[in-house]
This record gives sequence, structure tokens and C-alpha cells, in this order.
Amino acid sequence: MKVNKSKRIEETLFKVLMWVAMAVVFGFVISVIWTVFSRGAKAMSWDMITKLPGGGFYIGKEGGFLNAIVGSLYIVGASTLIGLLISIPVVFYLNVYLKKDSRLAYVARLAFDVLFGMPSIVYGAFGFSIMIYFGLRTSLLGGIIVITLLIIPIFIRSMDEATRNFPRDILDASFSLGATRWETLKVVVRQIAPGIATATLLSIGRAIGDAASVMFTAGYTDSIPTSLSQPAATLPLAVFFQLSSPIPEVQDRAYAAALVLTVIVLLLSIGGRFITNRFSKNKL
Amino acid sequence: MAIEVQNLNVHIKDNHILKNINLTLPEKQITCIIGPSGCGKSTLLRTLNRLIDGTEGVRLDGKVLVDGQDIIGSGPEITELRRRIGLVSQRPCPLPMSIFDNVAYGCRINKMHKRHKALIYAVQKNLKAVGLWDEVRGRVRTPAARLSIGQQQRLCLARSLAVEPQYILADEATSALDPISSKTVEDLFVSLKNDYTIIMVTHTLRQALRIADNVVFMYLGEVVESGPAQQVFHHPQQELTQKYLSGAFS
Amino acid sequence: MLRGRIVKDKMAQGLMCLLTILSILFVLVMAVGLYLKSAPVLEGRSFVSLITSSEWKPMKGEFGFLPFIVGSLWVTFLAILIAFPISLLTAIYLTEYARPKVRKLVFPALDILAALPSVIYGVWGMLVIVPWISSHVAPHFMDFSSGYTVLAAGIVLGVMVLPLLVSLFIEVFSSVPIELREASLALGATRWQTAKKVVLRKTLAGMLAATVLAVSRAMGETIAVLMVCGCVIGIPKGVLEPCYPIPALIANNYGEMLSMPLYESALMFAALILFAVVLVFNLLSRIILYRIERKEA
Ligand SMILES: Nc1ncnc2c1ncn2[C@@H]1O[C@H](COP(=O)(O)OP(=O)(O)OP(=O)(O)O)[C@@H](O)[C@H]1O
Ligand SMILES: [Mg+2]
Repeated sequence: MKVNKSKRIEETLFKVLMWVAMAVVFGFVISVIWTVFSRGAKAMSWDMITKLPGGGFYIGKEGGFLNAIVGSLYIVGASTLIGLLISIPVVFYLNVYLKKDSRLAYVARLAFDVLFGMPSIVYGAFGFSIMIYFGLRTSLLGGIIVITLLIIPIFIRSMDEATRNFPRDILDASFSLGATRWETLKVVVRQIAPGIATATLLSIGRAIGDAASVMFTAGYTDSIPTSLSQPAATLPLAVFFQLSSPIPEVQDRAYAAALVLTVIVLLLSIGGRFITNRFSKNKL
Repeated sequence: MAIEVQNLNVHIKDNHILKNINLTLPEKQITCIIGPSGCGKSTLLRTLNRLIDGTEGVRLDGKVLVDGQDIIGSGPEITELRRRIGLVSQRPCPLPMSIFDNVAYGCRINKMHKRHKALIYAVQKNLKAVGLWDEVRGRVRTPAARLSIGQQQRLCLARSLAVEPQYILADEATSALDPISSKTVEDLFVSLKNDYTIIMVTHTLRQALRIADNVVFMYLGEVVESGPAQQVFHHPQQELTQKYLSGAFS
Repeated sequence: MLRGRIVKDKMAQGLMCLLTILSILFVLVMAVGLYLKSAPVLEGRSFVSLITSSEWKPMKGEFGFLPFIVGSLWVTFLAILIAFPISLLTAIYLTEYARPKVRKLVFPALDILAALPSVIYGVWGMLVIVPWISSHVAPHFMDFSSGYTVLAAGIVLGVMVLPLLVSLFIEVFSSVPIELREASLALGATRWQTAKKVVLRKTLAGMLAATVLAVSRAMGETIAVLMVCGCVIGIPKGVLEPCYPIPALIANNYGEMLSMPLYESALMFAALILFAVVLVFNLLSRIILYRIERKEA
């Protein structure tokens, strides 16, 4: 019975440690969310999300950060669309045209995993040097291009995951009806629609929250861009830049912007969970 | 020293898997559980050592007396119960470690041999008991996964014996093996019945016929008939048993 | 009609193949691009001297990356030190113990951590961690600290890589067959003993791969670190000193990049270092993880 006792003590000890670890995780979640919400709510007002920065905005006068909201929406909207257009064919190619043990598919998946792991600052620096090479200045277009490049691996990985479990019988059924693989695409797309939807929400969440890459490429401005060649403000940078100001009113706006950003991202995350209702590795 | 099952019911979620089981599994004999696929043989075995606890949504009612002690409900410490009841599963399942460590695993877990010498002796003894010692004596420190499937299964048996159980449960322990290994393992069980109470599930009637002292016939979660092998095989009381034995449904 | 369809199919196939290959090539393009950009600073300076010198005087053309590299290493090490035990225990609980109900509770929490943008963690770090260090931790060791330290960056980064590590660990642990666990349990092992002696032992390679991935994630994280690290050039001598990791260096100076000769090239060299490290780490760990996944299937 003595043996049992030491076994049991060890078991209990580690169980307690595991509970502590999970409590710590929850503690972090609550702390982050609570901080952003409580601080942001204090600073939040209708003006913040409906007005552009007015004169003297950066010394604490009138205005809001509508420029950043709209800028983020422009960039995210455009890059999500382009990203989808590029990713769907690639995923389809990997899963339908290539065999399961294809070398190319292996290398491609590896490449996308590597690209997925690349820090956004590297995308930003690379994008920036390309833009200099072509004589472009920071602009909406630059932001869109870099964010597109950034989210393509996310799109592909998460759609690939959804497609890989796709029943091949459906493909065979479609082929046997005389459809070409290209026509079968439509069938596949319809089947993996939930996967595409999750991937999209996931990518939007990533795209809207990324600061390091747009910092280099989209720049920052107080107005809403009217053409692709003008710089564009983004929400994360609105938080970052305003927080570095010494003036409390300006910092407050940073907190309000952080609140807006967090709410958007949380909604996207809840949406994604609602669709798949499972913990997917691609969320990370 | 026998196992007594009284009014045992097992539910998994909303499915009634085992229905009102009443059984006596006599000491130091081989009891074979037979029955068509899905009738609950594995479930019954897994209930006896409470491995079924790991299944999601499982509910147990009734009594299972092991040495007169009820193991359902608060009962004894589960790990101690499992030490007393060895299990050999269908597919051999060597742990990711050396042959030696596999056999020593249970001893170490249960802190059975204080001195290393004693542990080495125990490992040797049990490898000999399953006839594996001569085959592996030079390489007991190599990974167990390199053994052949038949050897692996005997290793698993040695591993179970090393924790000095009184009972051995075997779930189709020979079905994944080639005929020769299968025969070796089967003979092993027969030789072990002097020291252990053995309960085995088998799909091959001929195997049951060869080695069983007692037979339990299950069908759709119920025990249809049980008793001495002679009686069940040659004078079955139930029509279902007769049908099954004559191969009417397989 | 039929021929038209087949031609269309072939064209589509060609296009898709092209897209796929282009995406693979993109990794190469990135490497070459960054290398070409950093070539000027490599001219006349050896690679070794660049990464071992700690003289950083862009005006004079002296670029020693050592402080930044050491800063990155410090911060990353601390982040993993914090995240590893927490994620390991959480992942073991979730795979070996938890009922589905508990999982349903914990996964959304991890989802939230994974979804929050870097800049939000930066805000949290500035509002919670930095003041905490400044007023509760540092006073025990020194007269004054602003709180913008290696420790702050490490904690923030640690929280950021938590969900990644947990999900990778879960994936790795799930590759261990249930029968193996049952074999151990059936011998009288407790669940913890089973986890320790069977699951962890069987997945050492996978755990290593997961950790390496987390390391590379932590190394590249920019904005959050930039906001709490203090950004003082110098080799930190302890966790309560400010630091200046590589991503922070790049992000903080892009504005002046073009104003000084070679400065741009030096920063691109920094990006190249980051790229190379992340590339190697990712390749290694992904290949290990693929192996595990394939074995499982
Ligand atoms: N986890 C579970 N959830 C739901 N039902 C289960 C579960 N495990 C087993 N069952 C059901 O319980 C019944 C008995 O299963 P069991 O594995 O005990 O059958 P068996 O007699 O061992 O069959 P076989 O000879 O094929 O191994 C089956 O109908 C099976 O579908
Ligand atoms: Mg069975």
C-alpha cells in the first residue's frame, strides 16, 4: 500500500500543476481582454469611429480614427479577395491534380508551412525593398500586396486541411459522370465551403491585426486614401503610433483603437469557431 | 479467488452495451468468451480491469467481485486492481522502449523490486516463462519494436506476468499472429493456468474447444449460456448457442 | 465541345501548376532579394564580424549586430521558459485527462489568445506587465527600473506563443495510439505515469519540433516586443535590463533607413538573419512533424 501512496501523491501533484497551468492560461486571457476592454471603454466615443483626425488631433484635439478603420478595411478586403483567388486553385491543384504522395505536393506544403512561419517583419522588409526597387512609395497598393502575400499561406494551409479529409468518392463520382477535373472544382468548392469560410475569417483576422508589414508598405496618413498610390492608415498602427505619444488624450485614442481591433478580431474568431466548432491547428 | 459478476450493466452514452450479466469465472482455469462480433466481449473484459473507465460517457451498474471485493463503485484503488489483473490485447503493443524496460516497466511503476539485481532476475524469469529468453538474451537492451509480431505478443505477456497478477485477460490475443506463433502463445496460456485465472476472448471456436475449461457464450450484450466447456460445446441448452456452434451466424 | 472542355482543363491545370510553383519559388525569391539588399553591408565586412561586434554606429558605418542578436536570444529564451511548462501541462491535461466539456471550455480560450494581434499584446504589456515589473519586481533588485525590460518582453512573448505550443503539443500527443496508453494503464500505471513514461517518451522528437517552431515564432514577433522591450542598444546583462531584439531594430528604424548610406543594407541584413533562422528552424521541425503525422496515418 505504501507504493500506492507515492504513486497517488505524484498523480495528485501533477494534476494540481496541470490545473494551475490551465488557470494561468485563463488568467492571461482574462487579463488581456479585461485590460483592453476596460481601458478602451473609457476612451471610446462615437466620434472615434466616425470622424477623421481633425486639426490638432495629435495634441489631443478633435477627431477620431476613421481613417485607420477604413484603411484597414480597404487593405484587408482587397487582399482577402486576391488571396482567395490565388489560394483556391493552388489547394485544388494540390489535392485533386496531384497524387497523395506527390513530391511536388510535399515540397509545396513544406514551402507554405515555412512561409506561414515567416515573421511579418520579414515580409514587410522584403516588400519594402521591392517597392524601393520599383520606385514605389508607401501606398495602399503596397499594403495590399504585402498583406496578400502574408495571408496566402494561411489560406492555403487551412483550406488544404479542410480539403485533405475530403472524401475522394465524391471526386470519383464527378469524374465518372464525365466531368473534367476543372469542372469538378465547382463540386469541391461547394463541399469545402465551410473550410473556405473558416480560412477566410482566419486570414482576415491575421490581416487586420498585422502591423509590422504594413508599417513598411502602407505607411500612415490622416485621410482616407482615394487611390491605390496613396498611403493608408491601419488600425494596428493607429494603436502603435498614438500610444507612443506623450499626450494622454492621444494615448486614449490608442486604447479606443485597440478596443475596436480586439472586438473585430474576437468576432472573427467566434465566427470561425462557430463554423467548424473545433480547435484547428490552422488557427495559429 | 474467483471473479463473480452480478447484474452487471454497462451503458455507453445511450447504448446499453452489456445487459444484466451474471457470471462466475472460476479460479485457475481458462474461461473462453465466445460470441459474434460486437456482442460485448471486449467490453466485458475491459470492465473487469476497469480500463473501460477511459471510454467517454460510460456508466457501470451492478457488482463485479474480484476476490470477494466489489470493484465497481468506490472499491479498491484502480491501479492496484489493474496490477492484479493482467491484460494481453489483440495487437501486440510494446511500449516505446527496450525489451528489458518493457518487462521491467510494470515492476518499476509499482516499485516492486527494491534492488536492481532482483529486477534483472524478475525480467529474466518472465522472459523465460514466455519462452522468449533464449531468443532475445543478447539484445534485451534493444528496442522492443524490432521483435517479430509473435515475439512482441509474448513480450506483452511477459510484461503482464512481471507485475505478478492473479488474473490474465486476453482479448483475441492470437488473432493477429501467424499460425505458429499463435500455437506457441496458445500453449503458453495452457501452461499458465496452473498459476493464473485466465479469461480469454476468442473468435476461433476451435481454439476455445482446445483450451477452454469453461465457456461463456454472449450474444447482443447478454450472456446466453455459460458453463463447463464439455457441457456448452456438446450439450448446449440454448437454441442460440446451438446455432452459433454450428456456424449458423459467423 | 469535348475538345474545348479538355483544352480548358489542360489550361487550368497549367495555370494552377504555375501558381503552385510560383508560391514555392517565392521562398527563394525572398532569400535572394534579402541577400542582394544586404550585400553592400557585407562588402568589406565579414559575416562573422558583423554578428560578433557590438559597435552600432550607423553614422560611421559601423554595424555590430551582437546586442540585437543577444537581445533576441534573451527574449526568446525567456518566452519559451515561460510558455513551455505551461503549455506542456495544459496539453497533457487536455489529451490525457480532460473530458470533452473541459476541452470545450479551454479551446476557445486558446483560440482567443491565438487570434489577438501582436499590437494588442503590446498594449497589454505596457498597461499590465511593464508597470508590474517596475513597481513589484524590479524594486527587489535595483533602485529603479522603468519596467521596459527583457522580462517584460519575455512574458508578453511567452503568452503569445502559448496557444501555438499547446496546439502543437496536442497534435503530437494525439499521434500516440490509445492502445499504448492502455497497455501502460493495464499494468497499474497512473495516468500521469503513463503520460510521463509512454506519451512524452514516445513524442520527444515531436515535442522538440514543436518547441523549435515556437522559438522561431517568438524570434520574429515584432510590434509587441518593440512596445515593451525598452529599445536600448546594448547587451543586456540580466532580465531586468532593457534590450533591443532584431525585429524591433528593423521596425523602429525603417523611417531613417534611406537617410544614411548602408543603413538600409544593414537593416536588410538583419531581416536576412531572421529569415535564415526562421527558415532553417521551420524546415527542420516541419519535416519532423510530417514524419509523425504520416506514421499516424
Ligand atoms: N466507445 C463506444 N461508444 C459506443 N459504442 C461502443 C463503444 N465501444 C463499443 N461500443 C459498442 O459496444 C458493442 C460491443 O463492443 P465490443 O467491442 O465489446 O464487441 P466485441 O464482442 O469485442 O466485438 P469483436 O468481436 O468485433 O471484437 C458494440 O456494438 C460496439 O459498437
Ligand atoms: Mg473485441
